[in-house]
Amino acid sequence: MAEALIFDHVRTPRGRGRPDGALHEVPAIGLATQALQAVRDRNSLDTSAVDDVVLGCVSPVGEQGSCIGRVAALNAGYAESVAGLQLNRFCASGLEAVNNAAAQVLSGQSDLVVGGGVEAMSRIPISSDGGAWYGDPTVGWNTYFVPQGVGADLIATLAGFTRDDVDRYALESQRRAAVAQAEGRFNASLVPVKDVVGQVLLAEDEYPRPKTTLADLGALKPAFQSMGEDNGFDAVAQLRYPHVETIRHVHTAGNSSGIVDGAAAVLIGNARIGKKLGLKPRARIRAFTSIGSEPTIMLTGPALATRKVLKRAGMSLSDIDLFEVNEAFAAVVMRFMADTGVSHDKINVNGGAIALGHPLGATGAMILGTALDELERRGLGTALITLCVGAGMGTATIIERC
Amino acid sequence: MYQHLRYAVDADGIATLTLDVAGKPMNVLEPVFNAELAAAVEAAVADSAVKGLLITSGKAAFVAGADIKELVEAYDRGITPLEAAGWSQTLNRLFRRIETCGKPVAAAVNGLALGGGLEMALACHYRVLADDPKAVVGLPEVKIGLLPGAGGTQRVPRLIGVMAAAKLLTDGNPISPAEAKKLGLVHELAPTAEVVARARAWLLGTPEAVAPWDKKGFRIPGGGNSLSPAVTQTMLGGTALIAKMTLRNYPAPQEILAAIYEGCAVPFDKGLQVESKHFGRLLAGPVSRNLMRTMFVNKGLVDKLSRRPADVAKWQVKKLGILGAGMMGAGIAHVSALASMEVVLVDSTQACAETGKAYSAKLLQKEVDRGRRMEESRDAVLARITPTTDYALLKGCELVIEAVFEDRNIKADVTAKTEAVLGRDAVFASNTSTLPITGLAKASKRPANFIGIHFFSPVEKMPLVEIIKGKRTSSETVARALDYVGQLRKTPIVVNDSRGFFTSRVFGTYCAEGVRMLEEGITPALIENAGRMAGMPVGPLAVTDEVSIELSYKVQKQTAMDLGDKYEHSAAWPVVRHFVEDLQRLGRKSGGGFYDYPTDGSPKRLWAGLAQEYPPAAVQPPVAELRERLLHIQALETARCVEEGVLESSMEGDLGSILGIGFPAWAGGALSYIDTVGITQFVADCERLAKRHGKRFKPSKWLKEKAARGEGFYPKPV
Repeated sequence: MAEALIFDHVRTPRGRGRPDGALHEVPAIGLATQALQAVRDRNSLDTSAVDDVVLGCVSPVGEQGSCIGRVAALNAGYAESVAGLQLNRFCASGLEAVNNAAAQVLSGQSDLVVGGGVEAMSRIPISSDGGAWYGDPTVGWNTYFVPQGVGADLIATLAGFTRDDVDRYALESQRRAAVAQAEGRFNASLVPVKDVVGQVLLAEDEYPRPKTTLADLGALKPAFQSMGEDNGFDAVAQLRYPHVETIRHVHTAGNSSGIVDGAAAVLIGNARIGKKLGLKPRARIRAFTSIGSEPTIMLTGPALATRKVLKRAGMSLSDIDLFEVNEAFAAVVMRFMADTGVSHDKINVNGGAIALGHPLGATGAMILGTALDELERRGLGTALITLCVGAGMGTATIIERC
Repeated sequence: MYQHLRYAVDADGIATLTLDVAGKPMNVLEPVFNAELAAAVEAAVADSAVKGLLITSGKAAFVAGADIKELVEAYDRGITPLEAAGWSQTLNRLFRRIETCGKPVAAAVNGLALGGGLEMALACHYRVLADDPKAVVGLPEVKIGLLPGAGGTQRVPRLIGVMAAAKLLTDGNPISPAEAKKLGLVHELAPTAEVVARARAWLLGTPEAVAPWDKKGFRIPGGGNSLSPAVTQTMLGGTALIAKMTLRNYPAPQEILAAIYEGCAVPFDKGLQVESKHFGRLLAGPVSRNLMRTMFVNKGLVDKLSRRPADVAKWQVKKLGILGAGMMGAGIAHVSALASMEVVLVDSTQACAETGKAYSAKLLQKEVDRGRRMEESRDAVLARITPTTDYALLKGCELVIEAVFEDRNIKADVTAKTEAVLGRDAVFASNTSTLPITGLAKASKRPANFIGIHFFSPVEKMPLVEIIKGKRTSSETVARALDYVGQLRKTPIVVNDSRGFFTSRVFGTYCAEGVRMLEEGITPALIENAGRMAGMPVGPLAVTDEVSIELSYKVQKQTAMDLGDKYEHSAAWPVVRHFVEDLQRLGRKSGGGFYDYPTDGSPKRLWAGLAQEYPPAAVQPPVAELRERLLHIQALETARCVEEGVLESSMEGDLGSILGIGFPAWAGGALSYIDTVGITQFVADCERLAKRHGKRFKPSKWLKEKAARGEGFYPKPV
């Protein structure tokens, strides 16, 4: 059977997702274009060999809309013959794009595909695309919709994670990201983003706050308390979890993922095309999967997806050297650790979205690349990348170095 | 030719339709009237001399809404959602015809316009509303479990935007003329005497006979479809808030949101069809029947003292005596003084009596501070309360209510002291909540004039009064007690004597069942949430703490002494005894019971020690199972009260359970709950629960036979 090989990957730095963020003047199409150009140029890629460009994007409206995969490929100067696709699996869209690219290759229907993702959150805010899930009152009712942050607080409540626990986790994410940045661990894959006159707008992730202290984190206001208590979402969650006396709102802007802009691209193909184009495979995609679980708590999918993907791959947790578990909220990763027993030493070793930010559509592809770079740096073999996903889903991918 | 409206065309070509439903104090929409309205509109359309139509009312109010008498029976007739939608479609067709008849139509809304009345006005092209505080407008359908099914869910958002409409329709509260004008529900306010002239003036100007939504390019203010952030925010936020307020027991608010959401994304006529379907779903469901029947129809009857013996002359309390100025006595004094009675408040010391009066002063002052009462009125009310230790001041009281300690000897003592100064006709009442009236009446020289008048705490807030007939209480005394409750504008139920009467008995089963669950290893938060999710205002553990675990302990001890071997302790007894005897956690007042009550003002929390005393079982039951137990046990006890003759009517059982102990209104009360479950199903449920949890759930032979006959607690409509 064909293998899906990773030849290369690139990502933009993550810019703060606000008007004063360094990437704010660049629309999503610009971020995606520069990522696609970078993966082409550094591999001297003949883009006519590319079958498809699959980009994850979670709010595909306005300037991020209209099948940004195809339009970004055209705008990046790829051959006209390259198809494009935009897909949405909420927060795992970037990983799903990689998985989709791998699926095309594994099934023998494509030889070479770019998988990746993009989200310019400073310009197209989260939830800009609306949707029946929470916009249609009957559907919100039927699915017991609550915002993710309330789900994360519910996870913390059920597991007994205190504010101090989640803040300590966040502090460690900041510490790890600071070390990784200081040592240049991300540099091999970073593509500086330029403006229209060629100036570099941003060359490194700008979201981390390496000087943050536990006291700083402890001073932040709970982000979802009012939403939960005043707007009724705690009550909705309790209707699903009636054994909960009160939901403790422990998550803040400091221990939740950051809102940022960014894009990523991963070049995936079979061995034959690699040989033909002179591309050296760096890793293979061993297995991937997605799962659905209880949608109100929403964010407990990673452990379930991990279990499923390991089973499909015929592997066990101990076969995995490094884990990337998206830090949507501190409690998500803490719950993953509690569910799987995997040591924090193996998880998010270079920090995560709490310190670095979570550009929704791109994150999955970005952290897959981070895991691969770190396997190479440490001389290890396997990594598992997983994200919690809106509406109770989870997605996971196992990569293995060649 | 018309019975319910007057139709006249004047020289200027204005056809005036003056709505005046015959034989009713208010205009209500019902089939004959609707047919006349339709005919009058057609007459005006057909008459080439008519240039415009003016609709107004011949009564003080405009139109009070639809007649719910036919709606309340729909569910029992087995109406399907589709058939029920037809009810709404009929009105929608009529009002849409008015709106699209081709001639301009103005509404001179001379008074209150609610429900279908406001919807009729909204179908007119121009609305002038009387600038009078009584001329409130609103769409209160949600309160009877329905939605405005005559165009309200479609015209209101198209007039004032989805967000404002959702609020108006889901809370159902009427609004003042000024608010209605500000929101844009009406075009103009005018003095009541001028509304017709103003409407005429509009018709004689250059009126447009087209509704805004029938004009090309119409857009809903703020956007109407799912691409509008206002719509998404309204639906997202509204759904959660409704879940919080209703705990999903009341379908109407959510159905209103759905009608607005779906209807505003499509053309107007399609929107009306969507509305009718959602209306149909509600009318064909049991909750609207329950709310209409109990909270509207039956409450209306009971409030009009329908149970009052008719042959007794109307009676009035001018001077009232109250014995005991504690929490209950002070509350009774307060509400009675508010109802213009002179009140003599007696206690054993002057200081105690004064404290009772101070309670009233505090409540009144709060109203003054909030601008809801004039200082003169406060002083007048307070002047009516005389605190004293002197029984002689009771002379001349038509009624004396004792609210002293629940101790037979003390009660007997004050009864004798009072009767010594009372006139022969005076009524003596006990506010006891537990002691049988017949027994207490033994201390009276005039047992025929002795009765129970049981108030609920806090008296000024609780709408129910339970009147208890002792064995020798005369029907004249019952009538007088009812007249007194009527003066207070509270809702009276009349029950026969029994230990705990009706409400306390049923309330006790709720508390006991919840407390019992602790012993089974059910997690306390789950027990509490199950109670609240069933629709009870407070969880069973919290409410037991409020009334105090110790009280439950003492009552059971006392009853056991009274009844000896016959007595069976409640299901809660082992836990109650453990809390009182071993743990000394007696309830809220003594610092903690099932809950801890932090002194720093933070909210109460379930006592952490519960997990040690009653370790949680590994497998917890689904909340639905607990909910069923908590409601079934109360309903079963209520049915026993019917069987034993404690309750004499189903409507009193229903109203008493809702207004007295917080049984959920969505169920229509504890007996309507059985009808809602279905009596056959209910009996089968109880048999199953009895096998699993003990004989307290065992249905009686009487109930089983009733079920076998398929006979509910209310007659089926013919």
